[in-house]
Amino acid sequence: MKCKQATQLMSQSQDRDLTLKEKIQLKLHLLMCDGCTHCNRQMSIIRAAVKELGDRK
Amino acid sequence: MGKNTAHRAQESYRSEEVSAEQIAMMRDEMLRFSILQLRDSALAEDAVHEAIIAALSLGKYTGRGSLKSWVYAILRNKIIDVIRQRSRHPAEIFVEDDDMGLDDQFKKDGSWKKTQKPADWGHPETVLANEQFWRIFATCLNDLPKNTARVFMMREHLGLELKEVCKELDISDSNAWVIMHRARMQLRKCLEMNYMQGELL
Repeated sequence: MKCKQATQLMSQSQDRDLTLKEKIQLKLHLLMCDGCTHCNRQMSIIRAAVKELGDRK
Repeated sequence: MGKNTAHRAQESYRSEEVSAEQIAMMRDEMLRFSILQLRDSALAEDAVHEAIIAALSLGKYTGRGSLKSWVYAILRNKIIDVIRQRSRHPAEIFVEDDDMGLDDQFKKDGSWKKTQKPADWGHPETVLANEQFWRIFATCLNDLPKNTARVFMMREHLGLELKEVCKELDISDSNAWVIMHRARMQLRKCLEMNYMQGELL
């Protein structure tokens, strides 16, 4: 799997359940790829930030 | 320990009168917030107006959060109402945004371009406590293409299931996944370029 597809799967994992095969593919890719591991964490930060909009004092 | 817990619960659950002045002070910010999601200033104005009337007619608020989060909860519901009404409007046609913000991050073979490889932003709590981050985040959200922003905010901010977003906007699941992916990737890139680079270097 290439990085571009990995980012598609990490994004979709926030919107639907990945299949077992997809989960394994993504996990294996993340183990080998720093860039995608960072991207995955960034997506979580972005998700948390959007939720918090409007609730900040 | 029991005493402590009771004390905390009492502290966090409040009931307060709502004054028109307090709400009026929030109006501009509410309007910006509403425009960000509806991308239509007249509709945004209506949503804010209705939220303010609803808040004032309830008279007092009870809840765990601040007055602001209570008012925003009302506003979010009004925004969802507006989105639902609009999606039933036959003249509304969903037009695809172009593929900006994605293809420029990857090489042809699908690996990261050297200059675009995501960096470590550090601990989420630290990032979310940084005022500079929030300023840039607001700008980056505003820079999203109109339809991308609508789908993204309905899903992530208003908290609708993607299925429901698809139904409201009459788009397919796979279409919605593509839009969400682009939105996240473009926000990531924008944040990294404008904020994280400066923090890290």
